[in-house]
Amino acid sequence: MARPKIPRKSTSVDMTAMCDVAFLLLSFFILTTKFKPSEAVPVTTPNSVAAKVAPETNVVMISLNKDGKIFLSTGDSKGDKDKKAEIIKSVNSHKNLGLSDAEISALVRAPFIGTPLAQLKQQARIPVDQMTGESLPGIYVKDSTNNELIDWMRGVADAYSGMKPNLLLKGDNVAKYPAFRNVIDAFRKNEFFKFQMVTNPESVPMGTDLFRLGRREE
Amino acid sequence: MAEMDTSGGGHHKKGPGVKKGKKLSTRVDLTPMVDLGFLLITFFIFTTTMSQPTAMKLILPDNKAKPEEQNKAKESGALTILLGKDNNVFYYEGTLQPNGANFKTTNFKEIRDEIIHKKQTTDTADLVIVLKPNDESTYRNVIDILDEMAINVIKRYALVDISPEEDYFLRKTEGENPPPPASATIVPVSK
Repeated sequence: MARPKIPRKSTSVDMTAMCDVAFLLLSFFILTTKFKPSEAVPVTTPNSVAAKVAPETNVVMISLNKDGKIFLSTGDSKGDKDKKAEIIKSVNSHKNLGLSDAEISALVRAPFIGTPLAQLKQQARIPVDQMTGESLPGIYVKDSTNNELIDWMRGVADAYSGMKPNLLLKGDNVAKYPAFRNVIDAFRKNEFFKFQMVTNPESVPMGTDLFRLGRREE
Repeated sequence: MAEMDTSGGGHHKKGPGVKKGKKLSTRVDLTPMVDLGFLLITFFIFTTTMSQPTAMKLILPDNKAKPEEQNKAKESGALTILLGKDNNVFYYEGTLQPNGANFKTTNFKEIRDEIIHKKQTTDTADLVIVLKPNDESTYRNVIDILDEMAINVIKRYALVDISPEEDYFLRKTEGENPPPPASATIVPVSK
């Protein structure tokens, strides 16, 4: 008996559809990606169970790096940069720093402010891409009496008169507590009693009160 | 690659004198392109910042407030947590005894049980936790302990500077030999 002939089928699969999917996903990811901005002051933030996303407008951020150096920066939007100019102008007039308009705009363009008040003129001369947390000394904050951050926070209070800035503190894991206390002092002296600390999200441990609270709300 | 030759060995029967122009397939092997596509996708997935940073709120007390307006903490409801170097945690309940008898050592893993225990055994209205980091503790320790307040839903807590007496006990427990604090009311712990 002759076996019926089974037609040989090609094993090749049409890759076009898969290719389409791949490139569709690719274009989606390219368009939605927001690259991590290369930070001038590298800071490794601690974890917390806080679930609120950090605000992005009206931001005044104090960075505390691993050596306890303190840097001040604002958000990147136009409004925030304008506020930064106002902050610098306010500090300039209160402390008689004698900064020219060109120097002020150079400082506004800078990613952060990270020198003692007396050296601001020098910082204005450094090209933006050479400004790093490593090379600059940070805002001069030694103890509660020698604390230039108090002057900066007064500038912030002036610039945001009537409005509430979103004060963010971004501290490094290994920064020591005295630096943190000095920042808090500066906030408190200018009657900023509410601020937020930037952290990485972390899941709530099972069985704790907050965990039960979260379950009930769901 | 994905294409397999299934034409059966290539022995085409050709009649004598039959000349066929070789037909080229118009199909292109898309496999490498798919590979490239997925490689790029993986790259973008990994470089994307998936987790937005979150923010933790802290409300500071106004230290200019008049003492009579401040609410006094009941001694029985107070738990003081002290933070030292190398992630060391110390605590005591109520007020610190002059000889440091109620000064206990713990760590970040076990402090939660202590907080839960304190929360369950005290009246909610009286419960207040005082956090005192010393100069050797890190920012991370402070955040961790504040986080612990959030985790255990502690409504009243305060971040306060450490007193010389407490710092003395803390350093002593950590194995240092600190000079006794200026207000020498401390009775040395007998060993």
